[in-house]
Amino acid sequence: MKLWLLIFLWLSVLLSAHAIDTHTFNNPQQQEAYESLTSQLRCLVCQNQTIADSNAELAADLRRQVYEMLQQGKSYAEIVQFMTDRYGDFVLYNPPFKAKTGLLWLGPLLFLGLGLIGLYRFTKRKKNTASDDEIKSEKLAKIRSLLDEGDVS
Amino acid sequence: MLKYLLPLLLFIVMAIFLAIGLNLNPHDIPSPLVNKSAPIFSAPKLQSPDEKLSPSDLKGQVWLFNVWASWCVSCREEHPVLNQLAQQKRVTLIGLNYKDEPLAALSWLKQLGNPYTISIMDQDGRIGLDWGVYGVPETFVIDKKGMIRHKLTGPVTLSAIEQTLLPLINQLQMESE
Repeated sequence: MKLWLLIFLWLSVLLSAHAIDTHTFNNPQQQEAYESLTSQLRCLVCQNQTIADSNAELAADLRRQVYEMLQQGKSYAEIVQFMTDRYGDFVLYNPPFKAKTGLLWLGPLLFLGLGLIGLYRFTKRKKNTASDDEIKSEKLAKIRSLLDEGDVS
Repeated sequence: MLKYLLPLLLFIVMAIFLAIGLNLNPHDIPSPLVNKSAPIFSAPKLQSPDEKLSPSDLKGQVWLFNVWASWCVSCREEHPVLNQLAQQKRVTLIGLNYKDEPLAALSWLKQLGNPYTISIMDQDGRIGLDWGVYGVPETFVIDKKGMIRHKLTGPVTLSAIEQTLLPLINQLQMESE
């Protein structure tokens, strides 16, 4: 029990882990922009973390870059452009919709469509077998009536 | 018949895609800088910090830009390969000493040999960031006009030199400025 508690506590520490920098911002908007940018840029060393979450040195350098560019009065779009110019779309957690990323965005819809078509055909076939049963029972009734007629004569 | 073949076909298609996925290197991120002009810098030389080097000094030459550091384990692995390449004198090899201590870097070169024509210092990693460096070692091939023509992520191997770098360098050497 104690061990479980320990593991739980340890995991909760991990979950709240967040790289800490001490930056002073000119205004709340700038801080907001900083937080939103760093949580949308991917750390290229530890690829499943944003640069806000990562403690990698590269992430720290990228955060510094974002901070400095904001201080210089660069806009959100300019900073995103700066990063993609150097690291490609991969640096964005939210990749833009392009010919190259089309399959990425439309893939799920494609599979949904395929699934629906499959479902439609499957249920239709079920119906067909049901009507087969009806035909069978009709035939059975006919046979029975023919047999009954034979009994009379 | 189709009813039985369809799952098999689906399986084969999936297996092919998964196999491709397994063989891709997630750390090999294509650089958007290829076929763009090399980012400008002016950085102090490692051996003589009073002098500076910038890409415009290398106009008219085909050069390799190799990002290295004394703390980088894979750099140690590629170092003998670079030494060999330097001996052939086919190309100018410029080193970017990335986020390193100059003293550690100098003793590293003394100990393992210095394949670089010139190494420049990037102690705070700003030049690296400008070049889209995310993992050391990385190697760029720059043509006579100062355009980046190829990027190699990870240690340079003998086969990479023979199959990719040297043919490309030969081709670039023939191009006019």
